[in-house]
Amino acid sequence: MSAGADVALCVEDLRVGFDTRDGLVQAVDGISYAVAPGRTLGIVGESGSGKTVAAMTAMGLTRGLRTRVSGRVLLDGEDLLAASPARLQELRGDAIAMVFQDPLSALHPLLRVGDQIEEAVRAHRGGASRAVARARALELLELVAIPNAAQRIGAYPHELSGGMRQRAMIAMALANEPRVLIADEPTTALDVTVQAQILALLRRLRDELGMAMVLITHDLGVVAETADEIAVMYAGRIVEQAPAAELFAHPQHPYTWGLLRSVPRLDAPVGAELVPIPGRPPSLIDPPSGCRFHPRCPYVRERHRTVDPALEPLAARPEHGVACLLPEAERQAIWSGLTKGASAR
Amino acid sequence: MSGMPLAAVEQLVKRFPLTRGVMLRRRLGEVPAVDGVTLEVREGESLGIVGETGSGKSTLARVLLNLLEPTSGVVRYRGEDVTHARGAALEGLRRKRQMVFQDPAGSLNPRKTVGAAVADPFAIHGLLPERAARARRVSELLEQVGLEPALANRYPHELSGGMRQRVGIARAIALGPELLVADEPVSALDVSIQAQILSLLRELRRELGLTLVLIAHDLAVVRHVCDRVAVMHDGKLVEVAPVEELYRAPREAYTRELLAAVPRIPGLVPSAAPASQPDAPPAGGPQSSPPSSSSST
Repeated sequence: MSAGADVALCVEDLRVGFDTRDGLVQAVDGISYAVAPGRTLGIVGESGSGKTVAAMTAMGLTRGLRTRVSGRVLLDGEDLLAASPARLQELRGDAIAMVFQDPLSALHPLLRVGDQIEEAVRAHRGGASRAVARARALELLELVAIPNAAQRIGAYPHELSGGMRQRAMIAMALANEPRVLIADEPTTALDVTVQAQILALLRRLRDELGMAMVLITHDLGVVAETADEIAVMYAGRIVEQAPAAELFAHPQHPYTWGLLRSVPRLDAPVGAELVPIPGRPPSLIDPPSGCRFHPRCPYVRERHRTVDPALEPLAARPEHGVACLLPEAERQAIWSGLTKGASAR
Repeated sequence: MSGMPLAAVEQLVKRFPLTRGVMLRRRLGEVPAVDGVTLEVREGESLGIVGETGSGKSTLARVLLNLLEPTSGVVRYRGEDVTHARGAALEGLRRKRQMVFQDPAGSLNPRKTVGAAVADPFAIHGLLPERAARARRVSELLEQVGLEPALANRYPHELSGGMRQRVGIARAIALGPELLVADEPVSALDVSIQAQILSLLRELRRELGLTLVLIAHDLAVVRHVCDRVAVMHDGKLVEVAPVEELYRAPREAYTRELLAAVPRIPGLVPSAAPASQPDAPPAGGPQSSPPSSSSST
């Protein structure tokens, strides 16, 4: 599971801060991960956890006078954080591409979707004639399973349903067969039925094209069937990271437990109460001392208010990392308490 | 649980005209949003209405609350035909039947403070004319939905999505309604916040004895809140059943399709027992309290 020699995207100790009038907002505070071709990393966290900022920074979309960035983002070994704007322009939409949450605001409202996809093709294949680009756009719309692609190619974004727009945006992102695809909440605005279709589509394309995929979401359900590995982010940090099956079987961090207990699920007893995580995500200008989750953690101890835990591998399963000060045996006991009487699916 | 019918629609049809400006190469005509639906909401129950975008579930809810006039059919409240209620009768109905909207940002006036928004219903219905009494009631309502009363002086843009939705709920319960219709109240929120809002709705229902209609596109959400579920598709009612039955043995293919679309989460199901209180963390003891797991199976 761990990143072997073949890594498409590697993020090392990425930190992103924004200077604001109220102080420095440390949106991302030292995260690292690697994704291999054909694999999917799910990044899960609440609004304000830094998951989107991290992805935008990797794409060079947060550059500015007031942004403080450090660390490395290696795309096939090339550091994107150090790349010139011209080089970034070459890479974006070509070797690395992104699918945004809200296709209605990410697509140009006055251009036909076909033209927008053509533009993505021609931007990176200077020599491509309009006819070639057009053919490619049609092929892409068919690839993402848009029915009647030949007609829809001339449609404006507002003429398409939410699911169709999202497919069109995925088609655009795939125009040049990127090595890495970052999908930021690609299904959040959609019906569950359409969500299931879009996720299936992303899985199929990942496998067919051998892309490395980063899937960002607030919903553990979304990554459950799609991600190979999952990183849970809280307040700008990764607090737990493990292969997906391992994470769901042996979740370690109280925040991960909180997320798991918040998700509506079909296999819970009917009428079972969801257990919300109390409180709200912390301010990133002045994050809590010690463990950042301690103000919301039901298992907090005095020491946790001052000691800041690092992401450390479990002794028995080094592929599973967790940033929690509770002793492992105790976490084990708590989680089995929480799931006592429950049957495995 | 299953009381007398509180609200009902009979053979309800609502068509919207397709006007000129709309493209899509469809011929001009009418779109049937709700197409012959008969459904009752029983007093004290929590009814889920589930369907995809365009299934007509929001239109149905709006007609049920006289926010839209039906093309044909009857809307009843406590047995009475209120389809064409007007004036004082309609105003009385509005006090008894309230709605929580999907987009809490879009349904709050950005230029009004939270306090003013929650006080609005009193102003509109000419209740609690005395300033101090009104302010006191607003504070109570904010507390009831889990917000600091001090937030009364803030504006909607200063609040998070979850907090705004709480304001929307405070407004909706301000007049002590009998029926609360919540239209996709959590679909714009993070999962962790969704759970907070859903438990708030459950709690309020218990405390205030509300009848709740919860509209959602996701069958997993209603499972945690509702007693009965109605599934809609293309303006028609596909299936109505008590919640256990619908999930255990869905009769209709479309219901099964909706169920299949809900992502499955592997691993053990965490029990529903309440977590230990955040404000009273278990002090130091090493084996302190994993919450007991006497789950409510």
